[in-house]
Amino acid sequence: MSSSEVGKEGVRGERPGREAQIGKGLRGRGRRGGRRGGRGEKAMVPEAEFTSYYGRPILKPPVWKSFDVAGYFFLGGLAGAGSVLAAGAQLTGRPAAARALKISSLAAICGSTAALVHDLGRPERFYNMLRVMKPTSPMSVGSWLLAAYGPAAGAAAALEVTGLFPRLGRAATAGAAVLGPAVAAYTAVLAADTAVPAWHEAHRELPFVFVGSAAAAAAGMALVAAPVRENAPMRTAAVLGAGLELAAAKVLERRAGPAAEPYKRGRGGAYMRAGEILSAAGTAGCVLLGGRSRAAAALSGAALLASSACTRFGVFHAGVQSAEDPKYTVVPQRERLAGRDAASAS
Amino acid sequence: MGFFTDTSVCIGCKACEVACKEWNAVPEDGLEFTGMSYDNTQGLGADTWRHVAFIEQSKPIGQNETGVDHGAPPGAGGMRWLMASDVCKHCTHAACLDVCPTGSLFRTEFGTVVVQQDICNGCGYCVPACPYGVIDQRKGDGRVWKCTLCYDRIGVGQEPACAKACPTDSIQFGPLDELRERAALRVDQLHDLGVEDARLYGHDPDDGVGGDGAFFLLLDEPEVYGLPPDPVVTTRDLPSMWRHAGVAAATLLGGLAAVFAAHGRKGGAR
Repeated sequence: MSSSEVGKEGVRGERPGREAQIGKGLRGRGRRGGRRGGRGEKAMVPEAEFTSYYGRPILKPPVWKSFDVAGYFFLGGLAGAGSVLAAGAQLTGRPAAARALKISSLAAICGSTAALVHDLGRPERFYNMLRVMKPTSPMSVGSWLLAAYGPAAGAAAALEVTGLFPRLGRAATAGAAVLGPAVAAYTAVLAADTAVPAWHEAHRELPFVFVGSAAAAAAGMALVAAPVRENAPMRTAAVLGAGLELAAAKVLERRAGPAAEPYKRGRGGAYMRAGEILSAAGTAGCVLLGGRSRAAAALSGAALLASSACTRFGVFHAGVQSAEDPKYTVVPQRERLAGRDAASAS
Repeated sequence: MGFFTDTSVCIGCKACEVACKEWNAVPEDGLEFTGMSYDNTQGLGADTWRHVAFIEQSKPIGQNETGVDHGAPPGAGGMRWLMASDVCKHCTHAACLDVCPTGSLFRTEFGTVVVQQDICNGCGYCVPACPYGVIDQRKGDGRVWKCTLCYDRIGVGQEPACAKACPTDSIQFGPLDELRERAALRVDQLHDLGVEDARLYGHDPDDGVGGDGAFFLLLDEPEVYGLPPDPVVTTRDLPSMWRHAGVAAATLLGGLAAVFAAHGRKGGAR
C-alpha cells in the first residue's frame, strides 16, 4: 500500500525541512567548519560572514602519509644539524661525540630518504625527481640537496668508522656540515610552499622552528650517544635549539592569525604541546644533571629527540587540519579582500 | 584557449560530468548518496574532472519573488537552486606546475595545464599546492589526475567533451579574450534584468593566479560554490620563503659554531 502523503489536494501533514544545508557539513565534517566559537570559546577572528559548500573542504589536504613525511622532516633535521655538531666536535677534540653523530646522521638521512621514497605513489619512479632542476619546486631543490648531502654524510661516517683516508674524511665532514643546515631548513619551505593555510601563513617562522628543532634533536642524539665528558657543548646546543624552536613557534602562533589555530587545537595542538613539554623536560634535565650522570644525559637526550619528532608531527597535523576546514581558507581570504577594498576606497 | 562557465543557465543535467568521464575514460569513483541536494559527486578529484554543484537557497533571483504562495506549508518559503559546473581553472600562474619536482606538469601550446602521466612519480606535492583544491592523487595508481581541457580533442580542432555535451551552452569554449568579452556582456545583461548578484570569477588577468583559463559567472559569493574567494598562487611568496630558510640555516650553522667556539677545545681528550 502506498503511504504517500501527496495527493491531488496537496500535501498532507508535515513536510521535512528543505532549508539550504550550506555550511552545515557532511557527516559531521562540517561541524568544525560551519559553526564558529563552539563550546563557549571566543572566536579567533571577528564574526565574518562565513559560508561554504556543505562544509566541504575547498583545498585538498596533503595526500602524504603523516608517518612518512613528518618522519622525513624529523630525520632530515636530525641528520643536518647532526653533521654540524659532528664537525664541531671533531674540530674541538671530542672524537667520540663526532663519531656517534656522523653515524647517526648517515642513518637518519638514509631513513629520511627511505621515508620519502616510501611515500611516493610510484616509488619505482623516484629517479624522475632528478629529471629537472627547479628552484620553484622545493621538492626538486630538496632532492638535489639530498643527492649532494647524502654522499657527503655517508663518506664522513664510512671514513670515520674505517679510519681510511683521514684527509678525505675531514673534507666530507666539512661538506656535510655546510650542507646540513640547508637540509634541516629546506623542509620548512617544502611545507610552506603550499596553499595549506597553517603552513603557508607560517612561512616566515617555520624555518626557524625547524632548525631549532633540528639542533635540539641532534644535541639530544649526542647526549644519548656520547660520554658525559664530551657533552658540554651539546647541552648548550640543546638549550639554544629548544629555545629557538619554542620562540619561533610562539611568534608563529601570534602572527599567523586564525591560520595558527590548528597549532593549538586538535591533534596538531596535542603534538605541539607534547613537544613543548618534552623539550622543557629534556632541556632542564640536561642542564641540571646532564653534566654529571650518563643516565640522566641519555634520558634528557631521548626527551629532546621525542620533542623534535612531536613538533614535526604537530606541524604536519596542523596543516592537514587547516586544509580540511574551509573556514581557514575562506575567512582569511575574505579579510584580505575587505582590506584591499578598504584600501582602494580611501 | 579556455572555458567560460555561465552558471546562470546551468540546469544541473550533469551531461558535462558524464561526457568528461566517457571521453577521458575516467574510472568510477564511488556511488554515494550524500543528501547534498542532487550532488552525489561531491567535488573535483582524481576521478572527477567536471563537477556540478547544487546549492539550495531561500533567496530571490532577479525579479523573481520568494515567498510566493504555491500552496507550500507556511514557513517553507521560496527556494532557488544554484547549479554550477566546476572544473580545473588552468591558472596562468599555476601552483601545481610550479611545485612539480619532475616536470610532469606542463603548459601546453593552448595555455592549458596538463599532467604527463608517464613522468608523474606520485609525490603528491601539487595536491596541497593547488589553491582551488582541484588536482588529486588516484588511489591504487599513485599518480595525480585532473582536467586536461581535452588536450587530445582541442589538438585536432574539436571542443572539449563537456562543452560539446552542454545543452544550454553554460560551458563555452574558445579563445579567452573572446570569452571574456562575451562574459562581460552577459553580466551586463543579467544586471539589467535585476540579477544584481551576477559576477565574474577568475576572469581578471591581474588576480592572484594571473587569471584563470577557466572562469565563471556566479550568482553568489564564490565560497558558496566551494571556491576560494581570493586564491593566490602559492609560489608568490617563495622568494621570501627561501630567504627566511637561508637565514634560518645560517643561524643554525653560526649558532652551533659559536657554541663550540665558546666551549673551546676539550682539554686532555682521550
